[in-house]
Parts: sequence; structure tokens; C-alpha cells
Amino acid sequence: MTIQTDHVLDAKGLACPMPIVKTKKAMNDLEPGQVIEVQATDKGSTADIQAWAKSGGHQYLGTTEDGDVLKHYLRKASDSEVKEDKEFPHVITNDELENKLQTGDKITVLDVREPAEYSFGHIPGAKSIPLGELENRINELDKDNEIYVVCRTGNRSDLASKQLAENGFENVKNVVQGMVEWSGPIEKD
Amino acid sequence: MGMKLISAKEVTEKVLSDQSLFILDVRNEDAFSDWKIEGKHIEHLNVPYFDLIDGVDEIVDKLPKDSEILVVCAKQGSSEMVGEHLVEAGFKDVFVLEGGMKSWSEYLNPVKISDLKDGGSIYQFVRIGKGCLSYLIKSNGEAIVVDATRTVDAFIDFAKDRDVTIKHVLDTHLHADHISGGRLLQERTGATYYLPPKDAEEVQFDYEPLVEGNDLSVGDTKVTVEPLYSPGHTIGSTSLIVDDKYLLTGDILFVESIGRPDLAGKAGDWADDLRNTLYDKYKELSHDLIVLPAHFGNMSELDDQGRVHAKLGDLYEQNAGLNMEEKEFHRAVSENLPPQPNAYQEIRQTNMGKINPNEEDQREMEIGPNRCAIHG
Repeated sequence: MTIQTDHVLDAKGLACPMPIVKTKKAMNDLEPGQVIEVQATDKGSTADIQAWAKSGGHQYLGTTEDGDVLKHYLRKASDSEVKEDKEFPHVITNDELENKLQTGDKITVLDVREPAEYSFGHIPGAKSIPLGELENRINELDKDNEIYVVCRTGNRSDLASKQLAENGFENVKNVVQGMVEWSGPIEKD
Repeated sequence: MGMKLISAKEVTEKVLSDQSLFILDVRNEDAFSDWKIEGKHIEHLNVPYFDLIDGVDEIVDKLPKDSEILVVCAKQGSSEMVGEHLVEAGFKDVFVLEGGMKSWSEYLNPVKISDLKDGGSIYQFVRIGKGCLSYLIKSNGEAIVVDATRTVDAFIDFAKDRDVTIKHVLDTHLHADHISGGRLLQERTGATYYLPPKDAEEVQFDYEPLVEGNDLSVGDTKVTVEPLYSPGHTIGSTSLIVDDKYLLTGDILFVESIGRPDLAGKAGDWADDLRNTLYDKYKELSHDLIVLPAHFGNMSELDDQGRVHAKLGDLYEQNAGLNMEEKEFHRAVSENLPPQPNAYQEIRQTNMGKINPNEEDQREMEIGPNRCAIHG
């Protein structure tokens, strides 16, 4: 599985503490919200990178194994995500969306998180267009469909919903709280 | 003075002595809360190494200025980094555990339990970081090893230094918490490997059955090892009586606790067997027997020489697991059990010869505390 990221760090063959020392340094050069793939062969790195991410407020997305190589995916902490105010007026709760999906209504779930976040767990059938690519890919969406926009906490989807509305989409709802609280079915790549 | 490496053996001496020891454990919080170096006079501070990459300024106030500091991590590398920061910050007695918790988990401390009647001796190999106990009984040039851990060089070198040949190797049961060194010892020394057949139905290699009535002897002097079928922890668990004086209980009975019956099947299935073994079968034995278990759970179970042993009669008075009503006993061994040992299914498969992980993987599988006991 290849997951698109903003940066790939090669820490293969390095023993503890070097994978985390290098990750920390690389993280400093990333923009908030960007995703890094850390390749390591030190088995202890999985637990340590999770603990480190937690203490630094970064988002640990998951780890895949490719032979002896562990690939850890992290998303840099982003200040904008702690803001509570959502501006887009049309919202739907996680539970309401889950019910809608169960009834089998023909709807579009648009997931605007980064590809790595999407890979490690998304609503079955959700379409993935990261927020940063939405402007260029907006014509992949059908204006006649109901579109439910989801991200991790409802903030990126708030921005995406506004962007869609500005481009003439009338049937758009922002999903709150988003994937962080999602208790419905999950699909992984 | 700078930073010095210190071996697991030297740390063991410090732990067993009355000296106080300050340990800065730089593993992540989960690993630290799971297991750590324990001892009566040890003080810990846990700060993960990744919070100390740029230096130790934030923790200097929490560290002792004038005494030794032992820095511990998983494999050594991170504690060296932190150790160097400590030296730069002016700390003088800084030690780093060589090989980290990996070597702590593997180190065996051999201690003599006693001489035997006709000239032999019995030794206990204390795996202090993991709570496993192995035994070597030697007499007149020959030896038996019981419940060997996979670090078999310790037994081979010990036997070589004393000019004895390891003739028999046996496991009291199919272990679920650590990888047995039995098969490796057999390969390396040509010894015969014995297993209780009821635990060995699925094993993929040849072994001799360890069954009640088939005494084993060692040396020309009369040191007999009498197997005693004592199911409960596993269906095949077998105890040994050595030299009419020592009762090797495997994982059935410990000094401060009793075995758990749930690691190879359902707790309920073997709870009755365990009850029978502990409350009937053992009770009929001489209460003067010295119990030598295959594990310890607390450092308090070690005596001042680092040995784990107790008189059977004393355990019938003091061990809570031997003093329960039947209902209470069943509840204790089937409900609210401690978490199962790390990778215990894979460890059992390895001990059956079904999978053959490499040494690095074996190490990872064994990392963590021992969890074979139920404390009453």
C-alpha cells in the first residue's frame, strides 16, 4: 500500500533513540497539518512514536509493515483545529449521518482529510479529496447529490463546506464531530 | 567521572544489596508502568527519552545531586544519550545499563540453594528481570537442568566451570510466559530432554516422557528426581521431588501466590485439577519439603542471598492461595485474572516447535513482566 504523504523520512537501520530524534527534527520543518511517513526497522519505534506524538500533540495515524520495514504515519499538530467555532451553518451529527447511511439513501460522503488519515480508517464508500486539493478537483462532485463533508474534528470540513457552497453546491452539510468521534462502520485501505 | 556502562550482573548485585539506587528510566510511560527494575531500596523517575532529546534541564531538580544515577532504557542507546546530557549538566556518578532492559530481562543470577545428602548440590538460576527460576542439580560429574530459560550459555558455562556434564534437561510443563531452553540445551549438550506427555501432544520434536514413577538419577550418588503428576497450571504440569527434600513445583505453587490455570485453555477446566493438586496431593507430602518454584512475582520473595524458597508447611500457613474456601478459590483462579503474558500464544507455539522465530523476535516476545501467578 502506498500512501501519499508530504514527507518521507528514512530511519531504517537506526537504533533507538535515532528514529525519534530524526522524526522530531523533520517535524519541525513541516507545516501544521502535513503528514510524514517515517520508515524504521527498530521494532520499539512503534510504541515510542505513538507516545512521542501524544506528548507533542501530533496525530499518530497508524503503522504499516512492509517486510522488515515499519512505516509510521504522523500528522503535525495544527492550531487551527482546536478552535471550537464552526462557521458553516448546515451541520449534521455523526449519529444522524450513520442513520442516513443505514437507510441506504443515495448520498455522497466527502472525506477531506489527508490521504494517510483516510487510509487508516474512513466511512465505507466515502470519497477522498483532501482539503488542499478540493479547489482543483471540485468538478469530481455532482451538484445534484446530497454531500456530507467529514474530517477529523469538523474544522477542515467546515472550510470545505464553505468552499463548496461558494461554488454553487446547495445540498452540503458539515459532519460534526467528525471521525474522531465516529462509532459507525469503518473501512481501511 | 563521566558516564559508565554497568552490566545487568552488577545491577543485580546493587539491587540485592542494601544500597539505595536511583533509576532514571527513559522508556515510554506504558513500558515503564508495565515492568521495571524493582528492589527494596530503589527510587524511580520515569521521563521518556524523547522528552530529553535537547537536554535534561527540565528534570535536574528531580535528580539526586550527590548519589549515583542509573539510566535505563529498552536497549541502551537512549540512556546513553540521556547519560551524556546528565554529565554535561554536571552530574558525576552516571551509569547506563548495558544492553538496557533487554539484557535485564535475560540475565540469570546463579545462587546455591544447598548441598545434597550424598555430595551433590542444587542451584537456582534467578532470572531477576523476568521472575523465572531454573534449577541445576549436580552430583558426581553429572547434572540435570530443570525449566531452563533460552539463554542456555549460562547453564553450559556453569556446568563447564564445575566440570559436570548436563545429562538430563526437563520442563515441568509447557511454558507460556518464556521460551524454554530445553530443546536448545539438548542440541548443544546431547542431554536427554523430558516433557510431561500430556503437555506435549502437539510438539513437533522428539522428547522423553516425564511421568510419575520414572525416577531420574544424577551422578553415582543417590540423588533421585521423582516426578509427581500435579495438573492445574497446565494439564500435564509435573512437580519433582529432589533428594527427598526439595519440591520443585513448576508453576503450580509459588512462595506468595499460586499458579493460574487459564493460559493453555479455559480456566474453569483446570481449576479443579489445580485445587486437587494444591489442597490434596501436595498436602499429603512431607510439610518439611522445601518448595522451589519456577517463578517469583515480587522481590519480597527473594531472601537476603537472592534465593527463592520456602518450607511447604509454612506455605500452608502463610500463602493465601492455600487458604481459601472452595468457592472463593474458584473465583480467584477464574475471575479478575491478571493480564496474560506478552505473546503467550506465540511462546507456547515456539515451545511446541510449531514456529521458529529468530533470536531478536524471541527477545521481543519475552519482553515484559511475568504473569503466571495469582496473588490471593
